Amino acid sequence: MSVDLKTVKRVAHLARIAVSEDDAQRMTGELNAILGFVEQLNEVDVSGVEPMTSVTPMEMKKRVDAVTDGNKAADIVANAPATDENFFLVPKVVE
Amino acid sequence: MTDLTRLTIAEAREKLRGKEITATELTDAYVSAIDQANATFNAYVATTPDKAREMAKASDARLAKGEGGALEGIPLGIKDLFATEGVHTQACSHVLDGFEPRYESTVTANLWADGAVMLGKLNMDEFAMGSSNETSYYGPVINPWRRSRTETVVMPTTHQGDGGFVAAGGARTARTYDNMQLVPGGSSGGSAAAVSAFLCAGATATDTGGSIRQPAAFTGTVGIKPTYGRVSRWGTVAFASSLDQAGPIARDVRDAAILLKSMASVDAKDTTSVDLPVPDYEAAIGKSVKGMKIGIPKEYRVDGMPEDIEALWQKGIAWLRDAGAEIVDISLPHTKYALPAYYIVAPAEASSNLARYDGVRYGLRVPGKDIIEMYENTRAAGFGREVKRRIMIGTYVLSAGYYDAYYLQAQKVRTLIKRDFELAFAAGVDVILTPATPSAAFGVADEDMAADPVKMYLNDIFTVTVNMAGLPGIAVPAGLDGNGLPLGLQLIGRPFDEETLFQTAHVIEQAAGRFQPEKWW
Repeated sequence: MSVDLKTVKRVAHLARIAVSEDDAQRMTGELNAILGFVEQLNEVDVSGVEPMTSVTPMEMKKRVDAVTDGNKAADIVANAPATDENFFLVPKVVE
Repeated sequence: MTDLTRLTIAEAREKLRGKEITATELTDAYVSAIDQANATFNAYVATTPDKAREMAKASDARLAKGEGGALEGIPLGIKDLFATEGVHTQACSHVLDGFEPRYESTVTANLWADGAVMLGKLNMDEFAMGSSNETSYYGPVINPWRRSRTETVVMPTTHQGDGGFVAAGGARTARTYDNMQLVPGGSSGGSAAAVSAFLCAGATATDTGGSIRQPAAFTGTVGIKPTYGRVSRWGTVAFASSLDQAGPIARDVRDAAILLKSMASVDAKDTTSVDLPVPDYEAAIGKSVKGMKIGIPKEYRVDGMPEDIEALWQKGIAWLRDAGAEIVDISLPHTKYALPAYYIVAPAEASSNLARYDGVRYGLRVPGKDIIEMYENTRAAGFGREVKRRIMIGTYVLSAGYYDAYYLQAQKVRTLIKRDFELAFAAGVDVILTPATPSAAFGVADEDMAADPVKMYLNDIFTVTVNMAGLPGIAVPAGLDGNGLPLGLQLIGRPFDEETLFQTAHVIEQAAGRFQPEKWW
C-alpha cells in the first residue's frame, strides 16, 4: 500500500500537524519508503496467532478506590502557556 | 592527585566509604570536566552544578555518619527524558519548551534516595526517536571516539656532532587520528558520550528499540535494557509504552549492575511494573559460566555485515567456550520481521502518546485563528521532522480501514517473535549471544542515512527484537574495528534474568578488556 498527497494531508490533519505543500510532498515520499519497508510483514503466516496485548504475562494492577493524591491545581497549571485562576486558557471554542 | 573522573562507580564508592575522597571533591571534578568539555561534545543540555554541590554536601554528611546509601556521593547524568523536579525536562524537543516538572520520576527518585548526585540533563534524540542523536532540538552529540589508523614509523638514524654519538634507528607505531566527527548513536547519545568522555560516573538511559545498547556499543560503554516491567516508567516521558524501558549506561559491567539495582523497583504508580523483588545484581559478577548454554542465532548473520563484526562475534563465542560454556546453534526464524513490525507498533503508540502536546497544558504554544489551528501550528513548530514522520505513520496505521492490515498484523508477528525466543529458552539455552550493532559509529550528517529513513532504522536490527519480546539485553564492548572504533556484543536473557546477563557480560569484559577513547579534548 502507498499514500498519495491527499492522504498525507488528511493524516496530517488527523494528527493535528500543519503541513505546507512542500512538507506534504516530502512526507509522501518518506512515508511510502517506510510503508514499503513494512510491507514484508504480509508474507508472514499469522493464521491462528493471537495479537500481542501484553509482553509480560501479568494481571492489570488495581488499587483501592480511594483518594490518594490531589489538591495540586497550582502544580498542574504551573507549566501551561496561558492560565487564569488555575484554569487552562484556550482560544474560544464555542461561539 | 589522580583524576577523580577516571574512577569507576565501584572504585569511587570504596574511596568515599574509606574517606580517601569526599563527594564534594568528586562532584567538583565532574563539574570542572563538564565546564571544560561540554562545548566539544554537547552531551549535556542543562547542567545543575549548584544542585550537584548541595547534594554532594549532604552525601558527605551522611558518609561521615556512616549512613551512606548504595550510590552515596556518586555523580550521575540524567537523560532528558526523565522528569526531574524543577529542572529542565524536555525530551530534547522544542514542543516542551521551558517545561520544569513539579514531580520526580520514580527512577531518579530511587537514585537520589540511594545518595546519587545529579550533574544535569543529557542530550538525546527528540522523544527518543533516532539512532544517532541528530534529531535532538539541541543539536547532535559528538562521540569521544575518533577513527584512527596505526602506522609504523621508521625512526631515522641521527648523528649528533663530531663526538660520534649515534642514536639507534628503529621502528615505532603511531596512531594517526581522523578529525571527522562521529555520532555516539542514539537515542541515549548524550548518556553514552558523557560516560565515555568521563563527564559523569554513570548515566540513566532508555531503550525502546536499541536506544541504550546501540549508543553503548558505539562508545565502548556497557548498557543494559532490563526486562519490560523491571524499571518503573512513571515520570519518564512516554514514546512507545509497550516497548520503553529505562536502564543504565556505565563504564563497566559492575557499574551497570550497581546502577540497575538502584534504578529498578516495584512501583504502584506504574501498572506494568512487575511485582518481583530486585536482586543484588552485583553478586552475579565473577560467577563462572561453566556449563551454561549459549545460543548463537543464525539469523543475526546479515548480508553486508562488516567482517570486523563477524570476527568479533566469533571471538565472543571462543571466549565463552574457553570459560566452559556450551555453544549451541539456534534459530530465531522471525528475526527479520522484528524491525518492520517495530515500525508499525512504535509509531502507533507514539502517535497516541504524543497527542498530549497540544499547546494547552505545557510547553510551546503557537497561536492560530481557532483552537484547531492553534494545535496544528503548535505541533508543526514544536516537533522535528523525525517525530512528525513517526506520528504520521502511527496515525495512518491506526486510521479506519488500515488498523487490521497494519497494527493487528504487526502485533501478531510480535507474538511470533516472542515465541521464537521462548522456544530457544525452553530448549535449555541460558543466554543468546549476538553482535550489538551492524556497524561501528558513523559520521555526523551521514548522507545515506539522511536520504533514507529506513537506512537509519537498520541500526537497530539486532536490538529491536529484544524490545518486541520484552526481554533483557546487555551490550558489552568487545573490541575495536579496523578504524580503532569500539564494537559491542549483545547478550539476551530470559525474562527477569538480568543476573545471568551481568555474569556472562563480565566474562566477556574480562577477556576483551575495557575500552576508553584517547583524550583529545
